[in-house]
Amino acid sequence: MTKLEMDLLDILREDCRLPLEKLAVMTGASTAEVAEAIDRMEKERIILRYSPTINWDRTDRERVEAMIEVRVTPQRDMGFDAVAKRIYRFEEVKSVYLMSGSYDLLVLVEARTLKELALFVSEKLSPLEMVTGTATSFVLKRYKEEGVIFEGEKSDNRLVITP
Amino acid sequence: MNYDRYLNPDIAAVPPSGIRRFFDLAANMRDAISLGVGEPDFITPYHIRNAAINSIVDGETQYTPNRGLLSLRKEISWYLEHRYQTSYDPEKEILVTVGASESIDVALRAIVSPGDEVLVPEPSYVSYSPSVIFAGGRPVGVVTGQDNGFRLTAEAVRAAITPRTKALILPYPNNPTGGVMERADLEQLAQVVRETGILVISDEIYSELTYGGLTHVSFAALPGMRDYTLTINGFSKSFAMTGWRVGYTCGPAELISVMTKIHQYGILCAPRQGQVAALEALKTGRERNYEDVIRMRESYDRRRRLMVEGFRAMGLDCFEPLGAFYVFPSIAKTGLTSEEFCKRLLEEERVACVPGTAFGPCGEGHIRCSYATALDKLNTALEKMAQFLSRLQAG
Repeated sequence: MTKLEMDLLDILREDCRLPLEKLAVMTGASTAEVAEAIDRMEKERIILRYSPTINWDRTDRERVEAMIEVRVTPQRDMGFDAVAKRIYRFEEVKSVYLMSGSYDLLVLVEARTLKELALFVSEKLSPLEMVTGTATSFVLKRYKEEGVIFEGEKSDNRLVITP
Repeated sequence: MNYDRYLNPDIAAVPPSGIRRFFDLAANMRDAISLGVGEPDFITPYHIRNAAINSIVDGETQYTPNRGLLSLRKEISWYLEHRYQTSYDPEKEILVTVGASESIDVALRAIVSPGDEVLVPEPSYVSYSPSVIFAGGRPVGVVTGQDNGFRLTAEAVRAAITPRTKALILPYPNNPTGGVMERADLEQLAQVVRETGILVISDEIYSELTYGGLTHVSFAALPGMRDYTLTINGFSKSFAMTGWRVGYTCGPAELISVMTKIHQYGILCAPRQGQVAALEALKTGRERNYEDVIRMRESYDRRRRLMVEGFRAMGLDCFEPLGAFYVFPSIAKTGLTSEEFCKRLLEEERVACVPGTAFGPCGEGHIRCSYATALDKLNTALEKMAQFLSRLQAG
């Protein structure tokens, strides 16, 4: 990867709405070079999506989230990938990670209500033949995501004007 | 009661900083975006903070040697030698002070006799001239201008030198202009120093923040200049450690020993935890090739480009700063004075900048904008300033 691409990733992860012109100014490259670099990173699936970080607690939407530790039997020739695929196809599932340690997959699930989420575990996840056990933990409060602190942080301790 | 008869009239006559009034105005506007902050928007890297915490937990609560922890002075010596090719003996040629500010004050008090003149480039940091006066000397301004990137020229310095001139303050990379002095510029000054024998107090606190591929050149690294130079630096800007108050002066042993005497009687030593933190900053910096510094510099550099381009797009004449974290655009074409411009901008658009005149009379027609502020705020501030300017033009 080039220095320009790394610089662009640093900037875009903070604010992906900056126009090409500003990105060009900030990196010292031309608009065409920036457009090309971003295009390439999209094609290479380095940049997958441009999405906001949302504090859902401040919205009216009802929403529950859980992290489910899943123990599975890996499949011959496919390892964990086939199981992971079965699981990430469910639309309730937001993220799936293969983990080291005492369980195999960490599954982040989102649903509208507690009941919906419980049903997902009991009727969709647990019955999968390769799943040998699950442990569900509900998210009670979100403090920080993607480097953004949600509430209660004084953003700047500095005096307004200093020499 | 009237205390005038108690006060030293020379001290009482020094006006308070021009920044102070703007501080009072801006402090009352909670929603204002401030481009007036002269310190990094990063907080001190975690490993540095943690080193200080551990030192407290371990009960390191005593005085340190007057000159500072020897381990810190050794790291400073290594750092300066490898970054700027200057060599100082940690035992005799380095004094750790309470920020670079104390270094400036003590350096001046060590060398200035009543009536001595000290050359102070303008525009520059607000403390130099008052510190010269407090030391009993007379500050003599040497004007710099946008035409040559706010560099100090040999001619201007020569013209200001009189038989009473003791020293020159050399503040580069410069606050508020962002100007830098490259090797060729410094060579010319060195010639003046060779001819006249004046001392140079080189305030290099922004030495790590240079852009456009430039590397800072330390004045003492020039041939023969080490004997004539007090080099001042610190941790505030390069390692985002303003509140820790740790800086240092390096120079010839004879001068450092007199400075140490003043420091010893007046201050005793810089705070121990600040020194421990500074030691960690340099030690880890050395081991990890200054990755914290580089990360912060790159972030400033992006914002620097954005600001310069932003001001130029508004039609303002804006010199490209290659150091520190300030832009110093000219607002002369608006017909407003720097003060009026900043006051109206604050009242009408809730954006706080510092009038150039706070840094010396020749700062008139300019404003200082710090880009050590979050990107989204900078973008909003630029939009608001553009609105303000177009309203000025229309009306």
